[in-house]
Amino acid sequence: MIVADKKPIEEIIKEVENYSKILILGCNECVTVCEAGGKKEVGILASALRMYFLNQGKDVKIDEVTLERQCDHEYLEEIRDRVDKYDAVLSLACGVGVQFMAEKYQALPVYPGVNTCFLGVTEKRGLWTERCQACGKCILAKTAGICPVSRCAKRLLNGPCGGSTNGKCEISKDVDCAWQLIVDRLKAIGKIDDYENIIPLKDWSTDRAGGPRKVAREDVQL
Amino acid sequence: MNCKTPSKLEKILAAGHLAVTSECGPPRGSNIEHIVHKANLIKDHVDAINITDNQTSVTRLCSLAACIRLKLMGLEPVLQMVTRDRNRIAIQSDILGAAAFDIFNMLCLSGDHQSFGDCAQGQNVHDLDSMQLLQTVRHMRDEGKFLGGGDIDRPPRMFVGAAANPFADPFEIRVPRLAKKIAAGAEFIQTQCIYNLEKFELWMKMVRERGLHEKVHILAGLTPLKTAGMAKYMKNRVPGMDVPDDVVKRMAATPKEKQAEEGIKICIESIQRLKEVEGVKGFHIMAIEWEEKVPEIVESTGLYPRPKVD
Repeated sequence: MIVADKKPIEEIIKEVENYSKILILGCNECVTVCEAGGKKEVGILASALRMYFLNQGKDVKIDEVTLERQCDHEYLEEIRDRVDKYDAVLSLACGVGVQFMAEKYQALPVYPGVNTCFLGVTEKRGLWTERCQACGKCILAKTAGICPVSRCAKRLLNGPCGGSTNGKCEISKDVDCAWQLIVDRLKAIGKIDDYENIIPLKDWSTDRAGGPRKVAREDVQL
Repeated sequence: MNCKTPSKLEKILAAGHLAVTSECGPPRGSNIEHIVHKANLIKDHVDAINITDNQTSVTRLCSLAACIRLKLMGLEPVLQMVTRDRNRIAIQSDILGAAAFDIFNMLCLSGDHQSFGDCAQGQNVHDLDSMQLLQTVRHMRDEGKFLGGGDIDRPPRMFVGAAANPFADPFEIRVPRLAKKIAAGAEFIQTQCIYNLEKFELWMKMVRERGLHEKVHILAGLTPLKTAGMAKYMKNRVPGMDVPDDVVKRMAATPKEKQAEEGIKICIESIQRLKEVEGVKGFHIMAIEWEEKVPEIVESTGLYPRPKVD
């Protein structure tokens, strides 16, 4: 899923303090799972903002809506008949949702309420960690199912570097060395000899280096 | 003697001499005379001088400019290049820049993570890794071609090296990793600083078991300890560094004013012992901001005078 984290309330206030009718728009997908932008977080942020504006003596209307998704037309259309009532939207979706909302409602100011962080997993409640950087050319078949692009701080395709110590990365004792994990898995699946195959220069043109990307599938287009 | 490049370092190794290299870090500014001064301290006692490339990710005068300066002094620089700061365009371009000044040695590295340095908020590039950098230099030299396939007018003629750290984890792939670097094109190796001699000797035994010592010239890396504090810092704070307790204790048991002397003594003893290890083809003495001690170390270990090659 796409993992996001809450923005500091002070930063949010700075963005929206001059508006008087604000819609806080949650998303029922990834940001709900990572507890940053679902219905619950929409409610908490709405209360915090109401309290802030009350203390400031300002009369600000704050409404709460959480859509099934903010990355599909059909769900964003659900609010078309109401968005005119607001002079700003604070979207708690990931950056994708914020942008799709902004594209769809051209004249409406839209602000992000979360920082979009990475593609990752829930290791346990309250702990999400990165697994993928969407480079567009998956090499997991060569690295025992563990991604050095997203999990090695130097994205070394032929690691580990000389800084790997006791299974941890040189940048922090809290970060696993991706290549230690890869070597451990290569051993576990009986393919440790594959370590010596050199992974060639990567084609990064499918990564962000190649510019904005798209997947166009004529076979499924209507 | 069959050499692929005009490198003096390659010639010395090919002739069967124990090579001696050292390194100098460029200054934190544009006064290149600092590197001239450091080089002058060691030039008669080493065969080649590595110039570090923004080591520990602290911004410094570039390795290439410092190498050119050394070359213009008639010395033999080893251009260190990390993949952290350059994409494949800049890498090839800098290699050609070095080649234009007949810099004949290069050490291919990935580089410390930028979070250690003075630009922790910067991007890192790592378009290539150190293994792929080795492949790139060898491709440019041996095929005379760019990565993109075009012909290079006057290709680089570089003796190509890599680093090896026998002390990093996971230990069991440290020899396979060396094999991989050799397969990628490494012709010489400069190792991480050796304090744990037993572990290094075990690594060398595993290297010999695979015959890798006959495929690459391994220079054992040494850094003399200045103080007991430095020993502790290296042990506890530098990733991938293995300083055994007895070394730390030996430094700590020495009175403060004698610790530097003791550090040099440990370094000399280590070289004497490693000279006997089959497959060690020379020494890379990294006297960090202590270049003036290199001559003493080289002379005390019977490595002086340096051989002459044409």
